Amino acid sequence: MYALKFEKEICATCPSPDCLLKCQYMEFDKDEAHQEMMKLVNGEDSRVLTECVTCYACEEYCRRGNHPYYLIGERREEKGILTAPRAITNQWINMTAMQGKQMVGEVQDTALSSCLIPELGMLGSGKLFEDVAQAITFGAEFMCPAVHTHFAKMSVVKERLPKVIDHFRQLGVEKVICLHDECYGTYTSIAPAFGIEVPFTPIYYMDFLLEKLNEMKDQITPLNIRAAYQRPCSNRLIPQKHRLVREIMDLIGVELPDRTYQDENSLCCAEILRAVSGYRLANDVQQRNIDDMVECGASYCVFNCPACQSTLSEKVAKRGLTPVHIIDLCKAAIGEKELEVTA
Amino acid sequence: MKDILRSLVDILGERGVSNAAEELWFYARDPGVLEAHFPDYVVAPETTEQVRQVVRLANEEKIPIVPMGNGMALTGLVIPLKGGIVMDMKRMNRILEVNEKARYAVVEGGTSQGALKAYLQDHHPQLRHSLPDAPPTTTIAANVSLHGQGRLTQQYGFNSDMVTGLEVVLPTGEVCKIGSPSLGPYWFSKGPTLPDLSGLFLGWLGTTGIFTKVGLKLYPNKKIRDVEIFVTDRVDLVPDIIYKLTHLEMLEDINAWFQPRPLMFKDNYHITMYFTGDTEEEVEFKRKMIWDSLEEFIVTKDGGFMGVGYMKPMLLEMPQRGIAAFADVPRGGGFEYSGPITLIEHYPDYALKVMELAEKYEVIYSSAARVVSGGHSMMFSISFAFNRADAAMMERVKKALDEATEFALEKGGIPWKPNYKEQRMTLEKLDPNTLKLLQMVKRNLDPNGIMNPGNWEVS
Repeated sequence: MYALKFEKEICATCPSPDCLLKCQYMEFDKDEAHQEMMKLVNGEDSRVLTECVTCYACEEYCRRGNHPYYLIGERREEKGILTAPRAITNQWINMTAMQGKQMVGEVQDTALSSCLIPELGMLGSGKLFEDVAQAITFGAEFMCPAVHTHFAKMSVVKERLPKVIDHFRQLGVEKVICLHDECYGTYTSIAPAFGIEVPFTPIYYMDFLLEKLNEMKDQITPLNIRAAYQRPCSNRLIPQKHRLVREIMDLIGVELPDRTYQDENSLCCAEILRAVSGYRLANDVQQRNIDDMVECGASYCVFNCPACQSTLSEKVAKRGLTPVHIIDLCKAAIGEKELEVTA
Repeated sequence: MKDILRSLVDILGERGVSNAAEELWFYARDPGVLEAHFPDYVVAPETTEQVRQVVRLANEEKIPIVPMGNGMALTGLVIPLKGGIVMDMKRMNRILEVNEKARYAVVEGGTSQGALKAYLQDHHPQLRHSLPDAPPTTTIAANVSLHGQGRLTQQYGFNSDMVTGLEVVLPTGEVCKIGSPSLGPYWFSKGPTLPDLSGLFLGWLGTTGIFTKVGLKLYPNKKIRDVEIFVTDRVDLVPDIIYKLTHLEMLEDINAWFQPRPLMFKDNYHITMYFTGDTEEEVEFKRKMIWDSLEEFIVTKDGGFMGVGYMKPMLLEMPQRGIAAFADVPRGGGFEYSGPITLIEHYPDYALKVMELAEKYEVIYSSAARVVSGGHSMMFSISFAFNRADAAMMERVKKALDEATEFALEKGGIPWKPNYKEQRMTLEKLDPNTLKLLQMVKRNLDPNGIMNPGNWEVS
């Protein structure tokens, strides 16, 4: 069985317990943050085990690569502490179970992974993806199981991830382009954290996009719009890739005005917060987030994750912001897609 | 002996009558599992007068007559068990009146649910009626005659409770108005403060008369509808959850359902609640109230709200089409259900029975219960899907449904739109004096037993 590689000494000697100190949902002073983290490290009870809303952000806040979020999940599961109601937890386990219904395109050395998210299939099409669109993979068999960390079901992650990786191995791929941050985060953060070998090179789709856009630079017409970016929780697993959003936006003429909830201080879409912490917190987070988008003068809300888009589209549209996925924005910049405008 | 076909043609014209084999084949069956019975004639009247003349002829000649809406009850209620005339009411489809301020509509006896919905959307967007989750071609008159339910049943009761008046052709050929239209031009009350004679017809499944006009209550059509789904893995908590929700007095509709497929629904019980508002503030206030009312189940991790994002358009569809997918209708599938009206506190027992029957008879199940009248009762559907090409499977479904009805009767439930076998089971269990009263009503209204014979055979 795979186990989390966690260095106790790294936390014990940490000069600044940012993992908990910077948490947007729990309040700690520096000493308390350190103490609570050490309780987790030592397998003792901690209020973190019942209060953490699973936003993933501590994975970004920890500068020493010690995976506090995965540890919280491990400890919760060891102690039988559920984050969400049993029925919701099991619903997610069941709905993502492998049932032999996967779809695999003409895959050779590269696969284009659309996880278990149908919308990604449509997004991964057109000129930008013309070399790889036919190599699509879709289905639970190719789904990164990171979502189960929200429910502290690390055992499901450890059981399913090797199988997913093996399915890619059986395809004989050398590279997997991940259209979902969660997938890229799984292969580059979760897998190594648990000692699970990844026999292919994961490619982050924004790296791929940026390269393509640079190749097609002469076809780009700057969009000249102002947008607020909705950073997804899973981007916290790969914070080194966050900069790519701004690089792509610069390239296609989209201004990202400064706002309160950006970068490290981003607020998540809150869909999981609804399940884990209830209506009030989810509503509060969404309210603050959308207010902030409006106040910064954005007219578009740019999504990276289709799940965030599904959760927030209607809400941002009601506030006059046009919801759009970053890939569709790129397609609009090269004249392949019309840019919609919220009435 | 009269030439019946000639007489019918004289009343209805050539286009209103048929005894062609292909027509009789069609009118011999419904989409459920019951065996076909062929009629001798099919008629399609356009006026109350034509209905009256056909009924009078049938009564004189002692020919069975079966009134039919769209034939979608699934329990064989319009299969002509003893032959005779099937009267297809669909050509009597006019919307005669909508009283905006008094919030009622008057429609002809073959008017479809879809036609009224569309008409209100176009001409009275502030009003709606209690639309059942059945195909839009099903008729309003048939729905109220079998105590149907709809989207507003949780708030206002059975759709038959929403009737505001009737025009009925009695089995002996008289045209009779029920309720306020019997005294004047207005259709605002089916009974009060008169003796409520609608009970002589509603729930009788077309065995005491033919509805040629129906008055129906309409309700405010709020601008926004929304939906939430609460999920629990503890069937014993479902009645408590519904009790909390109905206490709010602010939900449009509440359905409790479970099914083993798709896998995401396995082992859980889902309570879908619909709510409405004219402003975002109103909707959000209600959402908050709903969440707060179920907080205790969330805290104990016994239940929680699932994300409905991608399902929302399907859930907010009226009527919903999901049931056709369950039955796999496009590939020749079908389904039938027993839908007893029962106490909500019996939900756990019924749920376990559904799963027991599905296992015993090796059939695919689903169940969707609808709360009636703020929680006084619920319709608990025990649904089994079948493949029409598999006779053995259809037989197993029949047996499973019979056993479900036996169970419901044992539990003190009332079968809803029962087929003729379930009706017999019900009548056998009925209080003898109640049965005697039913017999008195039936014999007096239909002395020759011509109306939909084989159904509610109280004699």
